Amino acid sequence: MSERSAKLIKGTTGDWEIVVGMEVHAQILSQSKLFSGASTAFGGEPNAQVSFVDAAMPGMLPVINRKCVEQAVRTGLGLKAKINLVSVFDRKNYFYPDLPAGYQISQYKNPIVGEGEVLIDLKDGETVRVGIERLHMEQDAAKSLHDQHPDHSYVDLNRSGVALMEIVTKPDMRSSEEAAAFLRKLRAIVRYLGTCDGNLDEGSMRADVNVSVRKPAGPLGTRCEIKNVNSMKFIAQAVEFEARRQVDLIEEGGTVKQETRLFDSRAGETRSMRSKEEAHDYRYFPDPDLLPLVLDEAWVKEIEKSLPELPDEKKARLIKLGLSPYDASVLVAEKESADYFEAMLGAGAEPKAAANWLNNEYFGRLNKAGLGIADGPVSAKANAAIVAMISSDVISGKIAKDVLDIVWNEGGDPNAIVESRGLKQMTDTSAIEKAIDAVIAANPDKVEEVKQKPKLAAWFVGQVMRQTGGKANPGVVNALLKARLGLPEQG
Amino acid sequence: MSLPAILTDFTLADARDAVHAKKVSSKELTAAFIKAVAAARPLNAFVTETPERALEMAVASDVRIAHGEARPLEGLPLAIKDLFCTKGVKTTAGSNILSNFIPPYESTVSQNLWDAGAVMLGKTNMDEFAMGSSNETSHFGPVFNPWRARNSNANLVPGGSSGGSAAAVSGNLCLAATGTDTGGSIRQPAAVTGIVGLKPTYGRCSRWGIVAFASSLDQAGPMTRTVRDAAILLKHMASVDPKDSTSVDMPVPDYEAGLEAGVKGLRVGIPREYLIDGAPPEIEALWSKGADWLKALGAEIVDVSLPHTKYALPTYYIVAPAEASSNLARYDGVRFGRRAASVGDVVELYEKSRAEGFGKEVQRRILIGTYVLSSGYYDAYYARAQKLRTLIARDFNEAFKKCDVLLTPATPGPAFGVGEKTADPVSMYLNDVFTVTVNLAGLPGISVPAGLTASGLPLGLQFIGKAFDEATVLRAARAVELASGFDAKPTQWWRAA
Repeated sequence: MSERSAKLIKGTTGDWEIVVGMEVHAQILSQSKLFSGASTAFGGEPNAQVSFVDAAMPGMLPVINRKCVEQAVRTGLGLKAKINLVSVFDRKNYFYPDLPAGYQISQYKNPIVGEGEVLIDLKDGETVRVGIERLHMEQDAAKSLHDQHPDHSYVDLNRSGVALMEIVTKPDMRSSEEAAAFLRKLRAIVRYLGTCDGNLDEGSMRADVNVSVRKPAGPLGTRCEIKNVNSMKFIAQAVEFEARRQVDLIEEGGTVKQETRLFDSRAGETRSMRSKEEAHDYRYFPDPDLLPLVLDEAWVKEIEKSLPELPDEKKARLIKLGLSPYDASVLVAEKESADYFEAMLGAGAEPKAAANWLNNEYFGRLNKAGLGIADGPVSAKANAAIVAMISSDVISGKIAKDVLDIVWNEGGDPNAIVESRGLKQMTDTSAIEKAIDAVIAANPDKVEEVKQKPKLAAWFVGQVMRQTGGKANPGVVNALLKARLGLPEQG
Repeated sequence: MSLPAILTDFTLADARDAVHAKKVSSKELTAAFIKAVAAARPLNAFVTETPERALEMAVASDVRIAHGEARPLEGLPLAIKDLFCTKGVKTTAGSNILSNFIPPYESTVSQNLWDAGAVMLGKTNMDEFAMGSSNETSHFGPVFNPWRARNSNANLVPGGSSGGSAAAVSGNLCLAATGTDTGGSIRQPAAVTGIVGLKPTYGRCSRWGIVAFASSLDQAGPMTRTVRDAAILLKHMASVDPKDSTSVDMPVPDYEAGLEAGVKGLRVGIPREYLIDGAPPEIEALWSKGADWLKALGAEIVDVSLPHTKYALPTYYIVAPAEASSNLARYDGVRFGRRAASVGDVVELYEKSRAEGFGKEVQRRILIGTYVLSSGYYDAYYARAQKLRTLIARDFNEAFKKCDVLLTPATPGPAFGVGEKTADPVSMYLNDVFTVTVNLAGLPGISVPAGLTASGLPLGLQFIGKAFDEATVLRAARAVELASGFDAKPTQWWRAA
């Protein structure tokens, strides 16, 4: 890990350092809720996925969902964190219409997962370690609907009791870029683990961002918590705005008050929601309906053994396969792209060529078309076939792009397409020489010119490529042309 | 076995044998109790009577008996405390806020009883949310004790919170009833109405479907006219329940089978701390008498100490309200129960619904509970109470190294007059002084009638056992039942009323 570069923001009184910590709520991937058998599927009819427990009917009791515990442990292991074999569920008490029991079951003093870490890769190649303070399980709240009736509010309990992991970082991030990179990396990890779908749009991942500013190396400033920032872009914006606001405030002689603020994505600004004084007294106490959660060490070990390869390990392995660190980190950033890449290798593609092809060609097209990897029209097998044809000089890079176009639009097997449409690269030098002869014969003036201006050779290459329908190997054409025109090898 | 002249005089055990032997039909038996219930309305023991349902169940039981498919409690009419959710039958918990609540589910304990063939006569009155020791906090009015002092017409309380169940059993309005006990709510009313009340070990009966008061203390149990009946009913109430994480997977023995084994060689501990200042001499005298009976029957009497006993009541009145303040947060008028009319916003909806829905005692305990959990007070109250709870449990563990069961008084006095203690909550709370320790330690405890006061009111003795050793508790109680020869019954003054 390289020495941390300073990312300071300028104020009228000098430089300021941003300090960011995060609390991420990640919905646990599970069929049923944390303490009931009701479904967790997204988008159900309002109040269709509600058990008597979720509605907090009299006499109902929570029963822990073993799958959710396993997912939390799995996530903890993925964060290289300490797994607490004994943890305790507490009640967090407050009144709100979307909280049917009047308390949320959470873990307060004794969370299931302790300290861990996440490594984030920044654009400049720097790797930064972000400490994880803890991970605990808790219930999600329901949803209030205020737009269904002119003077009534409705409550949809479908989300009520859905399992969440709250992942709390240490205040280890120093810029908006680091904050966004952290969330991106965390999202990749939980998606690799299969413990959260990481879907920010559907709210299955939500971040509360704590921001403070300080003079470099000075004591920590007072933090503000920005609630529910639901995209990477907004996280960066929110951190930038909030840090600037705090710097301006301090430099104008004010003091930052500890408070909860809301990010308004349309205005691109944060607004005060409630101050520390207005904060609830949650009256946490151990939930007497649930015994302490005791994990069997052997079971934790079993989960550990079943962990998939995670982004950092995969990246290291890809680098060993010959990829540049940059290509490797682009590929591992999304589980789908890594899986796609691996599928190409499985289909016989050479790693470095496959990485180049994906990062330079295929992903660009997907982006342009606004498609995810899973929705793209070209299979990993087809892309592997194209890359294999480039590597073995069957087609040129340029023809390869045409082949990709054809597969993209029409589908089909790239090998068959190259064969049937005669797109194979000319390996026969006599045919290329024939084409060269034709071009030279047709352009005597240019032949004179190129002797003065050797750079004009490129024009000849173009003409020959056109003559051969792009099938000639450009390297071969170049070499033969230079020989025929009496130009030096280099230049 | 001979049939009693009046069917409602049956014990549960005798009725079971008679019904199984087809000497009496469930329908006849049930009809007799339905009549008794209707005639006893001055006692106000029931919030909801379910005579039609009872007869339907009785008829179905008779069909099963005719087919030789009788289950253990086939056709036996019971009363159910109104804290147990009963599917399709109003369940109020004695509270205005649940005065219109009809659960769409059946509590595990009551379901166990129906699965064993029992018949439901109705839902019994109780202190609101089981908070009280006299059944005077019920939204549906006080229950009167079937017992009156000799030469007196003054109405007495039946104890609480299971006062309706106690009165119904004592007054022969049912064969037996279910109760719940958080700090003495089965044993104290049992003692002052001259019946048997058993609080099982925490985790023995499922809490699923029982309206929660204090989750770590609440436990369902039987209220019966005899120790044998308690043994029978407990067997069919108890079960491990995957829906209750605090229920315990321990085999449920045949309690009835070991009942008559006697107490020869049993080591009975007498905890000296249960001798309290100001208790009537009759209580102490009865306690000594109990020890003498047991000694005469071959038990070994052992002096033991439970040094933290004096902290039990204050500990209980921190832990129970703390849990209650959280458990009762769900009664907000939003999803079920009573909602205040014409409110401006959601905060007002909460405030008015809860102010109108909860009675004074419930409000008092919510306030206490909220206070002891609030930041800045948590460590001074709740956290210390939890530590004391551990120490109280440890006292019992130490004592049980020297003895097999403990003998104590059940209550500090007999039934008192209606209205006598309502103005002074602390004197009311003192009713539980001998019973709360058992809940705090999660142990089984039984109250068994053992004698009458000079004015003719029943008093009980309590046995406290090791965790999941209900069998010994029942066996010891049976010995006292035999030795005391207690067979007094209240005069049925309410029939004349």
